[in-house]
Amino acid sequence: MDFSVFFQPAFSGGGIYLDWVLSGIKWTLLVSILAWIIAFTVGSVLGVLRTTPLAILRAPATAYVEVFRNVPLLVQMFIWYFVLPEIVPQGMGDWMKTQMPMPEFWNAVLCLGFYTASRVAEQVRSGIQSIPRGQTYAGLATGLTLPQTYRYVLLPMGYRIIIPPLTSEFLTIFKNSSVALTIGVLELTAQARQISEYTFRTFEAFTVATVVYVLITLAVTVAMRALEHKVRVPGYIGAAGK
Amino acid sequence: MFTGFDFDVIARSLPYMGQGMLFSLGLTFLSMLGGIFLGTVLALMRLARFKVLNVPAGGYVNLLRSTPLILVIFWFYFLVPLALKKISGDPYAQGIGPFYSALIAFTMFEAAYYCEIIRAGIQSVPRGQVHAAYALGLTYGQAMMKVILPQAFRNMVPILLTQGIILFQDTSLVYVVGLTDFMGAASKVAQRDGRLVELYLFAALIYFLFCFSASYFVKWLQARYHVGR
Repeated sequence: MDFSVFFQPAFSGGGIYLDWVLSGIKWTLLVSILAWIIAFTVGSVLGVLRTTPLAILRAPATAYVEVFRNVPLLVQMFIWYFVLPEIVPQGMGDWMKTQMPMPEFWNAVLCLGFYTASRVAEQVRSGIQSIPRGQTYAGLATGLTLPQTYRYVLLPMGYRIIIPPLTSEFLTIFKNSSVALTIGVLELTAQARQISEYTFRTFEAFTVATVVYVLITLAVTVAMRALEHKVRVPGYIGAAGK
Repeated sequence: MFTGFDFDVIARSLPYMGQGMLFSLGLTFLSMLGGIFLGTVLALMRLARFKVLNVPAGGYVNLLRSTPLILVIFWFYFLVPLALKKISGDPYAQGIGPFYSALIAFTMFEAAYYCEIIRAGIQSVPRGQVHAAYALGLTYGQAMMKVILPQAFRNMVPILLTQGIILFQDTSLVYVVGLTDFMGAASKVAQRDGRLVELYLFAALIYFLFCFSASYFVKWLQARYHVGR
């Protein structure tokens, strides 16, 4: 084992191999965090729609979740990157192919975001459904409209209940961001493989990448535990005693 | 939007993609079996009272669960040949081929996830069952094999199968080491014939049909065989 390889001048780019690792970490974090913003927003809307009493709102949200959950992420990645520019209207397709800035990066963000949204939607739905029905009735009976009932009664409770499963979705998005390497995003896993190919220091390269992923997991877990502690509902089951 | 479509390219390459699908299904099935077996062992280790058992098992599971599958596949592609050379003592030892390397990678990776499912399943069996088994004079092995695990597995069947569906989707990632699973076959035809749109949409459709019907089957199973307590 010889970790000094990371301080040797890199094959290209002018820096040392450590710079490749750092650049990989940057792209992993960027893809994951931007995708999470999409996933959380879109997933929340879909999750809420799936619990509404109106079938016309529920059906499209259910269809979305089924489609995005049942097609592998790799296939979705290829569809965003290779297929979408061909089947959208001509002008937009041409823009995607020639003028779109950093097409690999943005397609990876969109793909990962909309994929994870389907999983977030399921968590939001189960969070809302785990709240006793009486609370909805109580909200409506006190004169709140349905949107107000969601805003002031169901969502503040639902989100706090689902922090643990959302944490695990958030961790998954960092791991899934490695699939972006298939369309050419040089994130952490891609950089590790590249370093191993240029230096034959495979063990060292993969070890560093693995350690970084473990550190990301630890950091997210600690942060989310703090959040969970901060917003927990006093006297509510699950929060007690932990 | 389907005007420029060449559906014939799909028909022509169906047998090739069928072989890819067999590869995917075989890899899924075998790594599910291996993963459940190894996962059970890991779960029993994690639940053991002895630190020498539960610490390494916990470390393994947490390490694998925080690493992306693609990186794990790369790791095993690198490690398996090295291990073979070490074991056989022959520096020119032949590899075991891409299928078995992939199988080992997926089995080791999925075992970490199955471990957590099975651990939760075992913990869902009331503690009184363990005490009752010991009171009847059963040994640890007998209590596990005859009392605890059968009940635990019965509760776990739906979630184990759901994990199997996820595993089936994950097998598409063998693409990164160039294997010809269903997705690998589709992408090879796509690049050979320059027909990315048709082949990738077709692949998405087939994966969707497989996974959607499988998850419906799991739901049906769950409703049909639910054991009330």
